[in-house]
Amino acid sequence: MRAVDAVMECLKAEGVKHVFGIPGGANLPTYDALYDAGLRHVQCRHEQGAGHAAEGYAKASGQVGVALATSGPGATNLVTAIADAMMDSVPTVFITGQVRTDLLGTDGFQEADVTGITMPIVKHSIMIQDPLEIPTAIHEAFHIARTGRPGPVLVDIPQDLSRADIPYEPVDSVHLPGYQPTKEGNTKQIRLAAKALANARRPVIYAGGGVVNAEASAELVALAMSDRFPVTCTLMGLGAFPAPHDQWLGMLGMHGTRSANYAMDEADLICCVGARFDDRITGKLSEFAPRAKFIHIDVDPAEISKNVPAHIPIVGDAKQILPKLCAEYRALETDAARLDGWLERIRGWQEKHPLGYEDSEGPEIKPQYMIEALYEATGGDAIVTSDVGQHQMWTAQYFHFDAPRKWINSGGLGTMGFGLPSAMGAKVAMPGEQVVCVAGDGSMIMNVQELATCVTEDIAVKVFIMNNGYLGMVRQWQELFWDRRYSAVEMGSSPDWVKLAEAFGATGMRVDDKAELPAVMKRALETEGPVVCDVRVTPEENCYPMIPAGQAARDMVG
Amino acid sequence: MGEPGTKEVLNLDDLQASSGFRTGRKHILSLLVENKPGVLARISGLFARRGFNIDSLAVGPTDDDKISRITLTVDGASHPIDQVTKQLHKLIHVIKIRDLDPKEAVARELALFKISADGDSRGQIMEYAEIFRGRIVDVSKRSVTVELTGPDDKLEAFEQMIRPFGLIEMVRTGEIAVSRGRSVT
Repeated sequence: MRAVDAVMECLKAEGVKHVFGIPGGANLPTYDALYDAGLRHVQCRHEQGAGHAAEGYAKASGQVGVALATSGPGATNLVTAIADAMMDSVPTVFITGQVRTDLLGTDGFQEADVTGITMPIVKHSIMIQDPLEIPTAIHEAFHIARTGRPGPVLVDIPQDLSRADIPYEPVDSVHLPGYQPTKEGNTKQIRLAAKALANARRPVIYAGGGVVNAEASAELVALAMSDRFPVTCTLMGLGAFPAPHDQWLGMLGMHGTRSANYAMDEADLICCVGARFDDRITGKLSEFAPRAKFIHIDVDPAEISKNVPAHIPIVGDAKQILPKLCAEYRALETDAARLDGWLERIRGWQEKHPLGYEDSEGPEIKPQYMIEALYEATGGDAIVTSDVGQHQMWTAQYFHFDAPRKWINSGGLGTMGFGLPSAMGAKVAMPGEQVVCVAGDGSMIMNVQELATCVTEDIAVKVFIMNNGYLGMVRQWQELFWDRRYSAVEMGSSPDWVKLAEAFGATGMRVDDKAELPAVMKRALETEGPVVCDVRVTPEENCYPMIPAGQAARDMVG
Repeated sequence: MGEPGTKEVLNLDDLQASSGFRTGRKHILSLLVENKPGVLARISGLFARRGFNIDSLAVGPTDDDKISRITLTVDGASHPIDQVTKQLHKLIHVIKIRDLDPKEAVARELALFKISADGDSRGQIMEYAEIFRGRIVDVSKRSVTVELTGPDDKLEAFEQMIRPFGLIEMVRTGEIAVSRGRSVT
C-alpha cells in the first residue's frame, strides 16, 4: 500500500470524517489518496483558513481537527493557526508535505524547514524519515494532540516517502515512554483542597478553558452547587458555567465584570480549575488577589506555580478530580452560613456595578446593543465565533453562554481573522447548529477569502460584522493611553461588504438603524447559505469596564 | 497544618505555597531521552526561548541504543529550576529527568589544556599536572597539552594554576554525573 493510502487508513481509524486543506506539489500524493478515501475534504482558500477551520472544528466538537498543507509556503501559512492552537490548547493535527528527501536542506523549490520553524509552537512534531514509521507517527500525533493538555501536532512527510510502498497493518496502540499525562489527582491533595474550601470565608472558583477541554462543566457546576461558591470564568472558559446564574460573577480579567475582579481581589481562597493566570487575568501580578491562597487544578504540571504560587496544586484531569473534590467537600458538613457575608458583599458589587452602557437615543446602533440583539435573535441557541478586538470582548460580555463549546474565539494568541474560518470549521462539525461569527471589520478582511469556501462547500455560516470603521481596540488604547494620536487605525470605506459578499456568491445585508436591527438579524439567520451582515455601529465606543494594562483589579476604570 | 485525612479544619494562613523560587545552587540535570533526531534541538530551544543559560551539556549513548543520556548543568541562582524541569518533562521524547544535587552525586568532566611552555616552565607545568593527577598527552617545542579529569572545581583550580604560563586553549566536555549510592540516576 502507498504510504499516503496508509495515512488515510490511519485517519479513518482515528475517527476523522472531515479534513481541511489545500493541495500543492509536495502533498500531491496525499491528495491523490484523499480522492477516494471517503473523507470529506473542505478545500480552503488559504492554509491559515484551513488551520483555523480545523481549530473551530475541534473546539465545537471536541474531536481532533485536521488540516493539510503542502511544503514551503503552504506550511508556513499554517504557522499562525498552529501557534493559535498551542496557546488555546486545541487538539489539532497538521499534516504537511515536504520536498523529496534528496532535496532536503538544499533550498529546494518550496522547501521550508517547517519542523524547525514550528518547534516552539507545537505540542509535538514528527518529521518522517522512514516511510515504515508513517502509520505509527499518525496515530502518535492523534494520541498526543487529544490527551493530556491538548495541542497541535505537526507531521511533516517528504514527498518521496509518501509515495513509498509499505506493508500496512493497523496500529492498535502507541508507545510513548516519555509521555504519560497524569489523570487522577492526588487524593491527599484533593482532601486538603476540600478542607481549604470548607474553611474559606471568601472563596471564588476561577475556571478556564481546561474545563471545556476536559468536558467537565457538569462537574464544575456540581462543585459550585455543593455550596454557594461564586464562579467566574476566563474568556476561554465561558459556557463552562451556565450564565446567567445566581452564583455567576461573569467573566474576569481585563474586560471582565467588576464583581468578578473585585471578588478575586478580596478572596481568601481561589480555586482555579483549568486556567493559567494569564496576564490578562491577573493584571499587575504583585497585586493580584493579595489575600488569597490558591488551589490550582490543571492537567499540565508546568502550569502549576508558573505565574502564581499554588498552595494546593492538584495535577490531573478536571473531570476526574472535580467529582472527588465535591464528594470530599460534602462529607465535611460545613457551616453554610459562613459565606453569608461574602455573598452579600458580592451582591452589593453586582448591584452597584452591573455591566452596562449608555444606549443611543436615535437610530445609532451601539455595539453592545448589537450583541444583545444577536442574543435575542438567536435565543442564545447558537455557536458563536469571533475575531479579536472590541467586538470579541463585547460578545464575551453580552452574549450569555450557557453551555460549553458554544463560544469559539482566539484567546491566547489573539489572532485577528480567526472568526470566519473557525465558524466554517464549527459548522462542518455541527451542521445542525446555528453558527454565527461576530467579526470585526478589521479582522474580517484578514481571512475573507474563506467566504469562497463557505459558498462552494455550502457551509451556511452567518457573519455579523461589527463595523465601526476602526481597528477598534487599538483605537481605544490610542485614545486612552496615547493621547488620542490615532495612528493607522482607520479602516476607510473599503470594502463594500454587501457587494463583496455578493461577489463571493453569499448573501450580503447592511443595517445602520437600531430599529431595523432585530428584523435584519432574524432575516440573516433565516436566509439559506452563507450570509454577511454589515452592521454599522458607533465608531468611537470604548469597551468597559477595563483594567488598564499592568494595573490591579481594584483599579478598574469605566 | 490540617492533615488531609482528618476532619481537622484547615487554617488558610498555614498554607505554604510551593513555587518556582530560585534555589541559588548549581543543578546537574540528568536526562534520559529517546534517541531521535531533533531531541537536542527541542531541549536547547526550550532553554533558549525562556532565556535560560545552559552552563554545560554532555550527550552520549546509554546501554540501550534507543535511549541517550543528556547531562546539563544549570545555575539555580539565575533560573527557577522547577519551571525548567517541568517544561522539559513536557517534551514527548524526554523519558526521565533527575535533578542531582552536586552533594549527592559524583560528577566528572574531562578537559584538555594546551599551555605555552618552553625550557623552565615545562617542568613546572608537569609538576602541577602531577599534583592534579593529569596526564601529558602532547608536547611540542613551545607547548604542552595536559589531560585532566575531575569535578569542575578541580578543573578550574588547575586552570588558575597554569594560567600564568599562558593558556593557549582549553577544551572541556561538560560534566557527566551519577547519583551516589545504589539508586539509579
